[in-house]
Amino acid sequence: MEDLSDLYQEIILAHNKRPRNGEPLIPCTHQAEGFNPLCGDKLTVYLRKSDEEVNEIACNTEGCAISRASGSIMTTMIQGKTVSEIEKQIEETKTLLTGDEEPEIDLAQHGDMAALVGVRKFPARIKCATLAWHALESALRGEVEATTE
Amino acid sequence: MKEDTDIRKDFPILNQEINGKPLIYLDNAATTQKPKVVIDRLSDFLSKENANIHRGVHYLSMNATTLYDEARSCVANFINAENDDEIIFVRGATEAINLVARSFCNEKLEPDDEILITEMEHHANIVPWQLIAGEHGARVVPAPITDEGEMDLDQFESLLNERTKLLAFVHASNALGTINPAKKMVEIAHRKGIPVLIDGAQAVAHQEVNVQDLECDFYVFSSHKIFGPDGLGVLYGRKELLNKMTPYQGGGDMIETVSFDGTTFRPSPERFEAGTPNISGAIGLKAAIDYINDIGWETIHEKESLLMNHANESLGKIPSIKLIGTAENKVPVLSFTIDSAHPHDIATILDTKGIAVRAGHHCAQPLMKRLGLSATTRASLSFYNKVDEINQLTEALKEISALFES
Ligand SMILES: Cc1ncc(COP(=O)(O)O)c(C=O)c1O
Repeated sequence: MEDLSDLYQEIILAHNKRPRNGEPLIPCTHQAEGFNPLCGDKLTVYLRKSDEEVNEIACNTEGCAISRASGSIMTTMIQGKTVSEIEKQIEETKTLLTGDEEPEIDLAQHGDMAALVGVRKFPARIKCATLAWHALESALRGEVEATTE
Repeated sequence: MKEDTDIRKDFPILNQEINGKPLIYLDNAATTQKPKVVIDRLSDFLSKENANIHRGVHYLSMNATTLYDEARSCVANFINAENDDEIIFVRGATEAINLVARSFCNEKLEPDDEILITEMEHHANIVPWQLIAGEHGARVVPAPITDEGEMDLDQFESLLNERTKLLAFVHASNALGTINPAKKMVEIAHRKGIPVLIDGAQAVAHQEVNVQDLECDFYVFSSHKIFGPDGLGVLYGRKELLNKMTPYQGGGDMIETVSFDGTTFRPSPERFEAGTPNISGAIGLKAAIDYINDIGWETIHEKESLLMNHANESLGKIPSIKLIGTAENKVPVLSFTIDSAHPHDIATILDTKGIAVRAGHHCAQPLMKRLGLSATTRASLSFYNKVDEINQLTEALKEISALFES
């Protein structure tokens, strides 16, 4: 399946099969849902957060491999970070996935997220990759729902 | 009988590469491709014959009026309506259903009345009824289906009661392929004096429809799903019902006389065709129907059942594939799931191989819920598809299964 190596790589498939931090985190301090009405992807981001820092995060996703992998990768990048670090991370991820310019991949910086960059070639699927990040943003702001529409 | 290669050549769009691979178009339930005769007819009309209808005494206008009337007549013959006046051109199947909801049901519905539909309806045959029912304190009631995706006729019959003001059901399901026993269902409803609308959007491309034999009161379909242009649909209605119904929209062409004290309306079809209609669309639809008649139903059935049998057999051999909708009588629609792979991932991977399928809820969320699914992948066939295309789909699905199960 050489022509798919760009998107459906092992990293994505592994996260899809066994998402990290995929179980609901209850109780939590913040929680938001993400919904993509177009394809039915549905996820919930849970945070245990102090004023400054996200101590724990989970993302429970019902949906396609892209949305599951993206949520799973996101949790590994966010755990233990400060709110301002996370906000920066969200912006970087948006640029990485949807920015006008083809990004330069730096594995040290992007980690597993680099595997999701392939989604740029599949415009119909970009929202699957950004959904968890939108929900994270909502959760941080104390909103309860993010949709892609 | 036309050779396969000749049929393929009739559809210019099929001869191209998508993502570097020859296009395999298996999304015919969403819309069908257009034969060259339809494309040429549209182009000819717009290049040489275009004018508004019913308005001018000049040559082009009179000629366009004749062509538009001929298109209506052609559609009437196609579904064996008794009168040309029983054919109303609208924007699509969706608008036709909305028209009946507004113009037929609005005056009939009282609080606690019911409109009976089925669990396998497209949103187009659910939401317009919910809207109008909501305005009158009436209800939309779904008749249940079996796990195989067939009507449970006993339960269906018991749900038709004195509060039921209309039965509306899909002739062939876009999500499951099920062909409903339409004639029987109409007969059961009529025995109780209940009028019936049939949503024929998915049926007309695959089988001969005879509205007089079905004895339905309304029948709707869209041109774009039978090789014609989009933006045009057909409402068939029995004449005596149509001429009692209030107009759907007001405007030019649908009136007898207009004064500021009031307006009187022309009979069907003009009554329901306010404003300049989709003239080129109707003329394109006629070209599409002429094309279908040219190919012939026998050829269409033969080719489609060959493809469908082959597809059922090939996909049936892949252990991870679960076919959704296994009714006895089906149009060539194959909905399926693979446990390890989400439909959207399947469709994306197929697309990279030039294979176009649909993934999602197929505008039938209540049906998906009934079946305990969030989405399926759907391959929907037409007579211009090839056995080899099914083989390539099968190979691709085997690869996808292996990829996600590894
Ligand atoms: C069964 C059924 N009914 C109604 C419709 C609505 O048709 P249109 O969108 O052309 O109005 C569709 C289209 O997908 C359909 O499959």
